[in-house]
Amino acid sequence: MNAASRFRDAPGAAPRSLRLMLDGVPVLARPGESVAAALLAHSGGATRQTPVTGAGRAPYCMMGVCFDCLVTIDGHPNVQACMVSAREGMVIQRQIGARRLGDQP
Amino acid sequence: MSADLVIIGAGPAGMAAARVAAEGGLSVTLLDEQERAGGQIYRNVGAVAGRGWLGADYARGGALVQGLDHPGITHQPRATVWRIDARRGVIWLRDGQSHVSPAAHVLIATGAQERPVPFPGWTLPGLMPAGAAQILMKQSGMVPDEAILAGAGPLLYLVAAQMIAAGAPPVALVETPTAITHALPKLPRALFGLPTLIKGLGLIARIRAAGIPWYRGAADFRAETTEDGRIRFDFTTGKQSHSLTCGLLLTHLGVIPQSHLTRSMGLAHEYDAEQGAWRPTLDPWGQSSEPHVFVAGDGGGIGGAEAARAKGALAALAILHQAGKLDAAGRDRRAAPLRRALSRALSLRPFLDAAYSVPSAFLAPPDETIVCRCEEVTAGSIRKAACTGAEGLRLMRTSLRTGMGPCQGRMCETTVIGLIAEATDRPASTLGPGRIRTPVKPVTLAEIAALGPQPEETT
Amino acid sequence: MSAQAGTAIIGGGIVGLCVALGLAARGHEVLVLDGRDGDMRASQGNFGLVWLQGKGAGYAPYARWSFQAVQAWPDFAKRLSGLVDVDLALCQQGGYEFFTDAAEYEAFGHDLHRQANALDDRLSFELLNHADLAARLPGIGQRVVGASFCPLDGHVNPLRLHFALRQACLASGVRITCGASVVSVRPAGAGFALLDETGRQTRASRVVLCAGLGAAHLGPQLGFRAPIRAQRGELMITERVADRLPFLSSTIRQVDEGGFQIGGTKAETDCDTETTTTMVGLAQHAVAVWPRLADLRVLRSWAALRVMTPDGYPIYQRSADHPGAFLVTCHSGVTLAPLHATRLAEWIDGDPAAPDLEAFDERRFALS
Repeated sequence: MNAASRFRDAPGAAPRSLRLMLDGVPVLARPGESVAAALLAHSGGATRQTPVTGAGRAPYCMMGVCFDCLVTIDGHPNVQACMVSAREGMVIQRQIGARRLGDQP
Repeated sequence: MSADLVIIGAGPAGMAAARVAAEGGLSVTLLDEQERAGGQIYRNVGAVAGRGWLGADYARGGALVQGLDHPGITHQPRATVWRIDARRGVIWLRDGQSHVSPAAHVLIATGAQERPVPFPGWTLPGLMPAGAAQILMKQSGMVPDEAILAGAGPLLYLVAAQMIAAGAPPVALVETPTAITHALPKLPRALFGLPTLIKGLGLIARIRAAGIPWYRGAADFRAETTEDGRIRFDFTTGKQSHSLTCGLLLTHLGVIPQSHLTRSMGLAHEYDAEQGAWRPTLDPWGQSSEPHVFVAGDGGGIGGAEAARAKGALAALAILHQAGKLDAAGRDRRAAPLRRALSRALSLRPFLDAAYSVPSAFLAPPDETIVCRCEEVTAGSIRKAACTGAEGLRLMRTSLRTGMGPCQGRMCETTVIGLIAEATDRPASTLGPGRIRTPVKPVTLAEIAALGPQPEETT
Repeated sequence: MSAQAGTAIIGGGIVGLCVALGLAARGHEVLVLDGRDGDMRASQGNFGLVWLQGKGAGYAPYARWSFQAVQAWPDFAKRLSGLVDVDLALCQQGGYEFFTDAAEYEAFGHDLHRQANALDDRLSFELLNHADLAARLPGIGQRVVGASFCPLDGHVNPLRLHFALRQACLASGVRITCGASVVSVRPAGAGFALLDETGRQTRASRVVLCAGLGAAHLGPQLGFRAPIRAQRGELMITERVADRLPFLSSTIRQVDEGGFQIGGTKAETDCDTETTTTMVGLAQHAVAVWPRLADLRVLRSWAALRVMTPDGYPIYQRSADHPGAFLVTCHSGVTLAPLHATRLAEWIDGDPAAPDLEAFDERRFALS
């Protein structure tokens, strides 16, 4: 799943100073960028498996329309990674199939 | 959180309208999903310095963002509007908290989305819309690595030029058939948009100068993942087959209005045959079929950033007039230069719409294509259902679940309509628009429950 | 343009398609005239319950009819799956009614006893107070004061049922036209002449009106009173969930794809638009019953219109003035589907073995 990223840094791009965890692996992010962008910079592989057939998908539209970038962020499942800014220490999991129910409140 | 005017969307239309309305004496709440104002076109423009490679047009958005610095404007970032209720107001969400913004006037400026470009393999990691790559360039300083640009439309040239300027030129430009000759009769009017036209020609010259392989008249797209995770892209030009390998395949066939919010309100919509999409029915001020609801920018019909800016300001003038802050003469006087700017901005549009119309293979793609990305419904099963009675959008939805996933049909409706149109030999215009229900973006049960009864009902 | 049919069925919803399937199985040539895609359609907006508890507490014939229907469902599902390859997701695992109001809970208990009487005690059910319920369903919300449970209740995927019925009809030789509403139907010669909004004419020797709310307008043309009205129900569906909900209830159910459907509201209106206030009520109810649902995302809410008679029971009516014309209308088209596709078709045919459906004659409303 950890194919090389399909993107490279533009000239003069800011350093990736934030550290996120993706399924236990550190992922670096730039302040101000979305979680989806950080995941795309990290790897060219799938970031979720669909609940219908288990097919691999990665962030697609980057503007909140397609819902292909769903991941679990800090325990919240099915979050649109393209609509959330990366923050230091975020814990992210690839969304594998349908989500689970939350714990008993 | 009551305001005279609630504007949804902080792109060029929403930002221009906010400034005009606030200067005219209205209190304005500006709701936007992003962290920073700018919309998709000026994404992140206020935050980035030194990205000259994105071009001068992009930098121009900065002035609009600065215009939001006005005491009458409250900009609410990261605000996802999920419903507009005639009695309560605009209902939105941020960080798990529901909010209601009552307003006497509402301006919807939610812009455009990329037209879906379905073909076998378009759901694989490694395929994205060209506009998505542009967002990554603007917001993250990331440029596509060894990418192919495929499809048609001016954005493709712009992204190619930006990639060249950033030192990561595309490995190929694969253009679907264009109808430049067919569009030529529309050129005289296009000459009013000469600067834009010249800019477009400049982009093309830059792509040529960079020696990018350029395939024209391409069809029969198909993408597969190679063993090492790259993308193999097959297509044909005439009788010739091509197979290229790339890291990223970026597609584009123009943009369509984001009409989920306007449709969810039951506003009147109409089919724009030139643009192949539905748009809300608007008067020249952007007033919808509901007198206090206005629509401006690409969400009301595709016109681009300059047109959106003018339309936003025009809508704000009409709202000021409706609110009793501006008399009809003042409104019309101030509208005149905006209408001239709008006319200039739109002069190229008929030419572009005709030249870059969508090839039918992308409206009704091959059977194995996944059409509904959420529910993973193929074109073949949609064709089959259409031939056995599922002759409408709703019957198709209830038969096969097309459009029932989290994206609510944003990524498949145009294709489902195209396939039904093909199977039943009816024009697309008779098959939509589909009815949209709220919430237009997913929202949790707890977030809905927290809204509580209407204030007047609690007493 | 003109078409001919032995039996014309006006309406391609679940009721109309069941009747069509039943008549086709009896060897008739059947044409279903379905309306436009955008018409009001209860069959494409409902909750999919195959439900018994509470039905016919005050009207024994309806209690018995519903009981028969629920019993007939497994065979009906088998029959459909023999005709088409569609999984109806029929699950008759038993179902709950949950109550957060003690008085309503008590009143419903009385209803169930009356319903059981009407069924000669063939209805088994349990009444569970909060403690009993919490022992059985440990995730239940504190605000639920009690529940009833009926082991005969169940549900089905209603959209796939509608889809399967269409396919089964086509496989059985039924013709279905769609895209145009029938605007007039009148006796003509030995049969009937139907006209749709595009001007297309159909001649049929028999006509069965299964047009849902449309029957209010078309019924009188054939001498039916058709006293029906719209009642709005609002529903919601959530994102898919991998865990299975350990219960089925009349207001919360997990569809076979994994999403949770929440519904059960009633409003006397013919406007099929969802409302904020009802959405809030449904969300509050769901979280009160099963608090673990709180962070589930709602993908869509919607409203659909029930087809209601004054007493809520079906109307099965032969036209006295125009032999060969029938009115069929009800709001429990899913639960009653197996009977509509068998016994009701016998009744329409005048088969001596057909059930006596006198109790569902619309003349009952003239007497009251």
